[in-house]
Amino acid sequence: MTSIAVARNIRYNYGTRTALDDVTFSVTAGILFGLLGPNGSGKTTLFRLLATLIPMQSGELSVCGFDVTTQQSSVRRQLGVTFQSPALDVRLTVAENLKCHGSLYGLSGATLNRRVSEMLEQFGIVDRRQTIVGTLSGGLKRRVELAKGMMHNPKVLLLDEPTSGLDPRARQEFWEFVTAQQQTQGTTMIVATHLMPEAELCDRVLLLDRGRTVAEGTPMELQSRLDGERLSVRLRDATSHLDSLRTLIGGHVELQGDRITLRASNPAEQIREIMHAFGDQILSLELTRPSLEDVFLELTGRSLSQTGDSNAR
Amino acid sequence: MPGELAQFNAVVALTKRELIRFLRQRTRVIGAVGQPIIFWILFGAGLRSSFTAPSWADGLSHTVSYQEYFLPGVAALIVLFTAIFSTISIIEDRREGFLQGVLVAPVSRLSIVLSKLAAGTMLSILQAGLFLLIGPVISAIGLGAPIEVTWSVTRLLMATGFLVLIAAELTALGFIIAWPMNSTQGFHAVMSIFLMPMWLVSGAFFPGGDSGWLYWLIRANPLTYGVAGLRRLLYDIPLPVTAELPSMLACVSVTVIATVTLTLLSAWLVSRRSVHNVA
Repeated sequence: MTSIAVARNIRYNYGTRTALDDVTFSVTAGILFGLLGPNGSGKTTLFRLLATLIPMQSGELSVCGFDVTTQQSSVRRQLGVTFQSPALDVRLTVAENLKCHGSLYGLSGATLNRRVSEMLEQFGIVDRRQTIVGTLSGGLKRRVELAKGMMHNPKVLLLDEPTSGLDPRARQEFWEFVTAQQQTQGTTMIVATHLMPEAELCDRVLLLDRGRTVAEGTPMELQSRLDGERLSVRLRDATSHLDSLRTLIGGHVELQGDRITLRASNPAEQIREIMHAFGDQILSLELTRPSLEDVFLELTGRSLSQTGDSNAR
Repeated sequence: MPGELAQFNAVVALTKRELIRFLRQRTRVIGAVGQPIIFWILFGAGLRSSFTAPSWADGLSHTVSYQEYFLPGVAALIVLFTAIFSTISIIEDRREGFLQGVLVAPVSRLSIVLSKLAAGTMLSILQAGLFLLIGPVISAIGLGAPIEVTWSVTRLLMATGFLVLIAAELTALGFIIAWPMNSTQGFHAVMSIFLMPMWLVSGAFFPGGDSGWLYWLIRANPLTYGVAGLRRLLYDIPLPVTAELPSMLACVSVTVIATVTLTLLSAWLVSRRSVHNVA
């Protein structure tokens, strides 16, 4: 499998403050790759380096085999970029925005017009063709933004907190469009996010905290790093059963209200034992995998929603 | 697509965008032309009796009124306003986020500068040219003293060409001021304490005499040569070279040098990648 983006030992400082500290990773072609971390983790800096917006300070970074420092314009040609803040001209119509953007990437004449129509079609905004962008809803604006990023059919699409400010419905819709592009066009997607559900959609995730790599892998791999799954049992009169449950299962058992949570090392066997021992005392029995949020908390001692250094974006 | 052609297309696309954007903001169009014309009518009426034409006008067959003296100055002011307003869009582009999209595109930094210059220049000459044509009409309907300026095709073309130079010069100047700024308020401050005074001491508003600090200030101001060049092109006979009116050669040379220098300076500013562009 070919790597489409390779980063080695990247360091970046804003003055005396370190934003990235020895970050190394590689992104396989065609996947949805997530840069996950709280504010101040360095993911936006990493995003800007990838987008060639800021110069490299130390380390190596290449996109599609082109070095971001020495082959900047080749890198730019391979990239589509969707920023956290909107990058559309609000006074232009949807079609004018797409056209202008396509021209910047060398499209012209019939090809340009064809691409505009294709994008309007693919992102379901044909009827908005002549609408001034400033009058569109947030969700539609993001869709135009995405269409704009895909205009020149880039090999890699960079997305920085792409759904910030969107309601859950628009957010879900946005991701449907992103994954559709990934699947039909084979576009590699690199997304910087601090939202857990978005990270769980990714094929691979790089967990960042205060400029350092905390972990990297598929969401599944990361989740299985925490020992076992979580079993949570709600019992009638849970307190009185706590000790017998502890004897039965062993290990760490936690009681919250009528809910008892424990780490399941052998869930199939343990569920059977609990069913056998408590029978109709059981109100509910739930087996869950640890979330990426749990993984992050376990590895850094901090929650993802917690803000680090707010300037260090 | 070959590199140069792609860059050219990018410049065309960005210029087109600027023009659409400007024309969709009616208030800007009105502001940039309206104020200078009102100045022209009011100052012309107010100062007509106390104005004495400078010595370069001696050879003309008519007496130069203040309104006529002020004519090229007003054209320069319209160019200044339009050029400045068109470069304010850089600050808006940065704030609204459009700029970052352009900065990550495979477009040379020079193309970004050239598109701003092209748009600012086109809008400026369009508006100033319009004024130079309707100015004499306004005067003819009695809103000002008579103006004895008649246009020939050659001089009209030369005047247009010269206006292009002044417009490019002032747009580049606006670009240099706007690029490092984060707010349009700052730009307005620069407008009042630097750009307006620069226009005032360009021979546009009053003749500077032939000695004293004001005279030297006017001589050192590149815009003086723009206004003087335009003034020369108003008349079909060559005006004499005086302390207040530099030669046509000086006018063209200074304006060309200033335009090229300011354009290169703009391109250099844009080529520096910094956090300022993205934050």
